[in-house]
Amino acid sequence: MSLNTALPAPPPGFTGYLAEEHHHDYGGDTVFGFWIYILSDCILFATLFAVFAVLQGNYAGTIEAVDLVELDYVLGETALLLLSSFTFGMAMLAANANSMKGLLGWLGITWLLGGGFLVMEVNEFIHFTHEGAAAWSSGAWSAFYGLIGTHGLHVFAGMMWMLVLGALLLRDGLTAHNRVRLMCLSLFWHFLDIIWICVFSFVYLMGVL
Amino acid sequence: MASNHTIVTEPHILFGKLTLDSIPYHDPILVTTFIVVLIGSLGIVGSVIYFGKLKYLWDEWITSVDHKKIGIMYIITALIMMLRGFSDALLMRSQQAIAVADSSGAGYLPPEHYDQIFTAHGVIMIFFVAMPFIVGLMNIVVPLQIGARDVAFPFLNSLSFWLFVVGALMLNISLFLGEFAATGWLAYPPLSGLEYSPWVGVDYWLWALQISGIGTLLTGVNFVVTILRMRAPGMKLMQMPVFTWTSLCANVLIVAAFPILTVSLTLLTLDRYIGTHFFTGDMGGNQMMYVNLIWAWGHPEVYILILPAFGIFSEVTATFSRKRLFGYTALIWATACIMLLSFVVWLHHFFTMGAGASVNAFFGIATMIISIPTGVKLFNWLFTMYRGQVEYSSPMWWTVAFFLTFAIGGATGVMLAIPAANFVLHNSLFLVAHFHNVIIGGALFGYFAGFTYWFPKATGFMLDEKLGKWACSLWTVGFFLAFMPLYVLGFMGMTRRLNYYDNPVWNAWLIVAACGALIVLCGILVQLYQIFASIRDQRKNRDHSGDPWGGRTLEWSTSSPPPFYNFAHLPQVRDRDHWHDMKENGLAWQRPEAYQRIHMPRNTWAGVVISGFAMMMGFAMVWHIWWMAALGTAGMIASWIIHAFLNDKDYYVEADEVQAIEDQRYRRLEAADDRVEEADVVTISV
Repeated sequence: MSLNTALPAPPPGFTGYLAEEHHHDYGGDTVFGFWIYILSDCILFATLFAVFAVLQGNYAGTIEAVDLVELDYVLGETALLLLSSFTFGMAMLAANANSMKGLLGWLGITWLLGGGFLVMEVNEFIHFTHEGAAAWSSGAWSAFYGLIGTHGLHVFAGMMWMLVLGALLLRDGLTAHNRVRLMCLSLFWHFLDIIWICVFSFVYLMGVL
Repeated sequence: MASNHTIVTEPHILFGKLTLDSIPYHDPILVTTFIVVLIGSLGIVGSVIYFGKLKYLWDEWITSVDHKKIGIMYIITALIMMLRGFSDALLMRSQQAIAVADSSGAGYLPPEHYDQIFTAHGVIMIFFVAMPFIVGLMNIVVPLQIGARDVAFPFLNSLSFWLFVVGALMLNISLFLGEFAATGWLAYPPLSGLEYSPWVGVDYWLWALQISGIGTLLTGVNFVVTILRMRAPGMKLMQMPVFTWTSLCANVLIVAAFPILTVSLTLLTLDRYIGTHFFTGDMGGNQMMYVNLIWAWGHPEVYILILPAFGIFSEVTATFSRKRLFGYTALIWATACIMLLSFVVWLHHFFTMGAGASVNAFFGIATMIISIPTGVKLFNWLFTMYRGQVEYSSPMWWTVAFFLTFAIGGATGVMLAIPAANFVLHNSLFLVAHFHNVIIGGALFGYFAGFTYWFPKATGFMLDEKLGKWACSLWTVGFFLAFMPLYVLGFMGMTRRLNYYDNPVWNAWLIVAACGALIVLCGILVQLYQIFASIRDQRKNRDHSGDPWGGRTLEWSTSSPPPFYNFAHLPQVRDRDHWHDMKENGLAWQRPEAYQRIHMPRNTWAGVVISGFAMMMGFAMVWHIWWMAALGTAGMIASWIIHAFLNDKDYYVEADEVQAIEDQRYRRLEAADDRVEEADVVTISV
């Protein structure tokens, strides 16, 4: 068969175009696009983890994590964030049940839990800095703050997003647009939880044990 | 210049590090350039206002979310930046042609100026010429090739473009306010650290790349979703046109590689702004980590630039050989292999770092392996031409020029991949010759081929063919004359980035190279004249049919330029060469019976406004003007939120409006048919 042969003749009625406009799932595009964005964010965090792996022993005489980290405290932070993932799940269930009250209530609790996590984290940062472990103290601490600070900034962004989405929900209700936004924010929030589990394991547990 | 300014260590509360001293008014070259740029810009802005086109520009271009217009704006910016990047090249070539010890002494460019020039040249050519050129072509072509009406996220597309413009603007501002980095295009620490680059050059570099890099990342997400989810009904993955395939791979690489750039730039920024120790020489920092990170992004970046060019050559070769592409499947798999392998070769950029024999051997072998799928592609194109009816139009000229040039560039690449040889050739002019050989002879020639090939699709009229062939010839001859001597000089031991040298033997070769650069200059001038002449003669060159080359893929099935909705009816695809299939079966140019309303996105101010605030933030960060940086950041967030609250983002084009536009198209087609028949009669009688 020559490579240049044309295909068999088209079936009768084949025009090469669609006569009817077909419905396109724009919401699906957005959620899929958000997945792709999360993949790129994964690589961003992977790079920061790699930086941490390279620099984690480079204290250059500054105080070391073993002498500073209190695992109980970090466990508290972790519990707040994991719980907030659960409450976000409840918010999604409420949204699926078309309960605006439930949705906003659970989102509010999620926001408070996220806020609690951030307050604890910033508090820890201030404490560490006072103890001589600032971001500018040594390579190891730069990597520590670089990684955990980036995660914290993401949580902060997620909380801002939650406020904006809350306002949109109050204005427009559970529209298709808002459901897509909710879905994306939920992906984002759970993603941050997974990153935090890695932070907890690799930075805190392995750093202290 | 660096030697004449005072470095402000305590930023002023209102003006940061910015003082009157920051303006290089004592440098006649820069002052003259500034005056020319100022008069030019004022002239353009003035005439836009005088002719009352401001509203038109704002409504039809600046706020546009139409992928074709965004693509055109990308390419215009790329061409303008190419003129600046090429001026830098001319400055370097002329400096090196005369800066030998026994003749005129040190040339005419002082070292701190020369260092900024070669840095700016590299940064401009990669980030602000090659990237926007190929992103522009993707914007114009990909949605048309897959039978879509726009990209998946039109607002993000506009935002990406304007963020890229911010980066380009910041780079140009650095010419007249402060300085640019003098570190080489990748700004390795410790040279780019605060100790050795205390003023604002590296900061301009950081913020220009960070802001435009975020734009590129958004583009990557946008096109991956567009290609995977918005293809016309029936078009399977293995029926996508090759350019769409290579664009998909390039955009996957963007999504996977650009976050690494984001992190590398951010960490260097933190080192410079708050004194962290990621890449410092003391207190536990690790300089080589920067080099690893930047190349873990930088090597995939090379393939982001070249893969779509391979796609262009595939389209051009198939079209002008009047044949189905040979070995489509092999070519797609080769592309996918290159995409994956591009992540495991980054260390070949610094074999001399001393990672050890085993590590160097691994990366050397991986690098040689990557040349195999690349070789496969070359055979795909050659066998497509074999027994084809090859028509040597100007896109085909660029393609053949690419075959010749790229084969040499690939061969020298394999030489550099041998770690033992690399210890001799590292950072020599041999390396400079090699990467220009693959980037000019590979990527850029591909972009020019694509530019010529799709120009009628985007604008509705053809580029002048004769001038196009002249441009290609001058570029090719100029390229060989400019870069082959550099291979020789590399073997003679000349290292890159020399402002001045004392070996008279090198001088003759550098004079030849300078002559080559002048011939390339002639090529560029011919290209500019070609664009001018083609616009002037557009009535003669008009593309009435929408298919001036006898194309095979979907973009040729709509009119040139396409209506803003691209396709009145979405295509129903059953073959890889859908348009060819339709022509073969007499289905092409058939008028549909009825039209339906079409769903389209509305233009938005948000992209340009958010980018405006990003510009404010970036500029303020460079000069440590903290209040302004805060204002810019707040403005970005606020305008994004306001945009989120707007509901009116899309609309329907009603069926009668579509009908009216399509009526015009078919009238034009009939008129053109009549002319063609007359022309045929004439030809026969001759």
